[in-house]
Amino acid sequence: MESSLFFGLSTMAYILAMVVYITYIGFRKKAIGVTASGLTMFGFASQTLAILLRWKEFYQISGMGLLRSIPLTNLYESLVFFVWCLILGYLIVEFRYKNRSFGAFVTPVAALALLFISLSGMSTQIEPLVPALQSNWLLAHVTLSFISYSAFALSFSTGLMYLIATTKRGEGAYAFWTVTLGVFLAVLMAMVLDFIRFKAAGLAPGSEEFIKSFLFKSTYKNPEASMRLVSYLATILIIFLTWRYGGALKRIIEGFKLQPATLDEITYKAVAIGFPIFTLGGLIFGAIWADQAWGVYWSWDPKETWSLITWFIYAFYLHARFLRGWRGHKISVVAVMGFVAVIFTYLGVNLLLSGLHSYGSR
Amino acid sequence: MASKSFSDRVWSFFSSIKLAIAIFALIGLTSIVGTVIEQQASYNTNIRVLNHLVGQGLAPTAYRVLDALGFMNMYRSWWFLSLLVLFAVNLLVCSIDRFPAIWRIMRAPVKPLAAEQMMKMPIKAEFRLQGSPEEIERKAAAGMKSIGFRAARHEEGDGAVELFAQKHAWSRSGVFITHFSILIIMIGAVSGIFFGFNAMLNLPEGYSTNVVFSRSVDLSDQAENAVRANLMGALDSAGGDINQAARAAGEDAASFKKGMEQAGLIPLNFQVLCQQFEVKYYGQSDMPKAYRSLLTVIDHGKPVLTKWVEVNHPLKYHGVTFYQSSYGLMDDLSNGIAELDVKSPNGQSVTERLKIGQSFQIPGTEETVKLAEFNPALAFDDSGKAITYSQMMTNPAVRVEITDGKGPGVSKWIAQRYPETWSLPDGSTVGLKDFWGVQYTGLQVRKDPGVWIVYLGCITLALGLMVAFFMSHKKIWIRLEPEQKKKGTRLMIAATSNKNRQAFERTVEKLALELEKGGK
Ligand code: HEM
Repeated sequence: MESSLFFGLSTMAYILAMVVYITYIGFRKKAIGVTASGLTMFGFASQTLAILLRWKEFYQISGMGLLRSIPLTNLYESLVFFVWCLILGYLIVEFRYKNRSFGAFVTPVAALALLFISLSGMSTQIEPLVPALQSNWLLAHVTLSFISYSAFALSFSTGLMYLIATTKRGEGAYAFWTVTLGVFLAVLMAMVLDFIRFKAAGLAPGSEEFIKSFLFKSTYKNPEASMRLVSYLATILIIFLTWRYGGALKRIIEGFKLQPATLDEITYKAVAIGFPIFTLGGLIFGAIWADQAWGVYWSWDPKETWSLITWFIYAFYLHARFLRGWRGHKISVVAVMGFVAVIFTYLGVNLLLSGLHSYGSR
Repeated sequence: MASKSFSDRVWSFFSSIKLAIAIFALIGLTSIVGTVIEQQASYNTNIRVLNHLVGQGLAPTAYRVLDALGFMNMYRSWWFLSLLVLFAVNLLVCSIDRFPAIWRIMRAPVKPLAAEQMMKMPIKAEFRLQGSPEEIERKAAAGMKSIGFRAARHEEGDGAVELFAQKHAWSRSGVFITHFSILIIMIGAVSGIFFGFNAMLNLPEGYSTNVVFSRSVDLSDQAENAVRANLMGALDSAGGDINQAARAAGEDAASFKKGMEQAGLIPLNFQVLCQQFEVKYYGQSDMPKAYRSLLTVIDHGKPVLTKWVEVNHPLKYHGVTFYQSSYGLMDDLSNGIAELDVKSPNGQSVTERLKIGQSFQIPGTEETVKLAEFNPALAFDDSGKAITYSQMMTNPAVRVEITDGKGPGVSKWIAQRYPETWSLPDGSTVGLKDFWGVQYTGLQVRKDPGVWIVYLGCITLALGLMVAFFMSHKKIWIRLEPEQKKKGTRLMIAATSNKNRQAFERTVEKLALELEKGGK
């Protein structure tokens, strides 16, 4: 598969770009900034090529129509597409606002997502489609959902930056973002541990096995009660450290020389683009597809319900901002929570809830 | 001052945005619980979930508390439905409350502004131009037209002229449309619940029925099962005619129907027959690529509609939709009929349909082939013994015994999915085309007269959101004041937009620049 070569290239480019963007913030040399942008664009170009190649491969293997063969059918492909949209959105913002500092926030999200692909050991094979997935509505649903997720990811980045830049210890919003970030880091580290054990066990990559038998088994779900206790204590420690030393991050963000008002505005704009697309693509097209495939447009299954929760959080954001005049910390907290819900809708439902119980044929 | 009347207070409670925000939060938070607790599941399932979450000791208590609060079927619990009703009322009252104001803004014409007022507008520009006032005015009007405004003209006593216009005032209704669409969707959903049903049907090949099984009745209840069996039996012996069945049971049709409904049986006004069911796989794997059923609708004894029903391609008849949702193998395989394509060595070919135990002769030869055995999922274990490896018909095969009346017979497996197993030692081929009559098709059957209302609401919701977010109500004024002393014209531009102001600002700046340059 030639596409994997270009995927590898783009992953490397984004990771390098992340490092260079962060360096750029430290030194503020134009040449460094241009290098970072160049790397990102290179990564974007090779990712585009990779997606197109995979599309072609899928088309040839599946024997279905060209449109039906868009590589957006499993977790792996959708994550890749998400990263692609995110980088595209970022490049547009960089161009429009003539500011490279966001790169230091967006490229890590991209790099993390791609890293997550290899960490989780999810299958990167081209897989044939089960009958329910052979639908144009589903295609439109997934494509638009991911475009909106990318917009929300952008609003998350700027919302979080806003919080980091404008809060200090002792404020509720400070506690909110440090705890969120702390939990995020702790979960990520737990997953890295699981992955190391997974690799040590010498098992072939394949998401099912990893999720079923390894995810959080070395930490939060360890059979030993003492290990579980240690894991929770370690989590609390990580959260504490983030909280205690969050000020360091603040200085970095201050180094960005971004107006908080600009951040707030980008957050709103991203939500204002993401919300209608999410409503149409995520909720409406999803419902139409479910109606066609299963005969129910809404069945309150966890994935649907979480999409609805996400929708309500962003509706909350818009109304609080427009009608109650929420600004600053309060509204940024809502934007950050919105994206946490997005991540949960997308990954949590599959990774956490499906471990809790098994759903029917979906 | 008189305190507000009671009804005023109720009204302002229901129209408050605070209430809306509280409801958003409540629906969101409670829904989370509903995604963790598996809905309408068995006690054991959710006890297992709770064991995970709160530990063995607390789980039974937690279960009892959650059960008492209705969380085991929360999306149909009284309080969740009340929340949804409250949400709808809030939305409705809020929309009615705001509508007159929106309407007024939409209908209000733009008025000329005084110079001081113009300078208070969020977007503004000012410069002087030389040249004939008429020419400048003509250019200003053309400029406004070029960005999509049709200008009205107002002349003041002192010779000042003002051109002004607005655009997309109706886009203010976007929010209203958005909110109203949500109400429409809810109305559609409710009418679907009241006037429709959601049922399932496992229909074996070759069978027909005019009764489907409701999904909202617990079909695993033993006592109810006996009732259902009785009703179905009565219906069967009446040839599917409800009126006749009712008469035989000594009841009137209405109460017979009511009994059926309570038992979870929903009568259709027509028969549906499954002629055939088939699965296609990806290559030699057991992953289904497509599965479909050939259904025929029989109305008043006449077949009226025949269609292959597939996932994503349902069949609709008289408001009832049949969706392909699953399939399976029946317990009793003895009624299956093998369809065989037989080709003799001399090229003669025939199609044979026969049951297990029956035999036929290959044309033009002395050979007799007997169908000895059927296996729905044939595989061989290490010792070479035939086994059945799955509960589905994933690899249907028949074992045939071939004799020519002289020597000992040959025994051989013929598998539908493996044509290389079809050839016999003497050069003839026996191809297994189908093993009919042992699979059932799993159909989801739904009648939802509200679905069109829901779709309508979805369309208007999408439109409303597009208007609300991507269109804005824009106004622009250009004021031309002749300046006697300098023999020139003072040009003032002011503009506003209720959304996306920056984009409009850029447009207006460009226009100003053009006028400034063009005027020199
Ligand atoms: C989930 C359901 C809802 C959605 C999707 C929704 C959507 C929207 C949107 C997109 C806007 C425009 C925001 C903007 O200009 O950026 C808006 C404004 C508004 N919403 Fe909602 N809304 C919902 C529920 C409600 C409810 C329950 C109320 C009841 C109080 C409400 C009251 C308002 C009001 C008063 C405005 C401002 C209208 C104006 O500008 O005149 N909304 N809503």
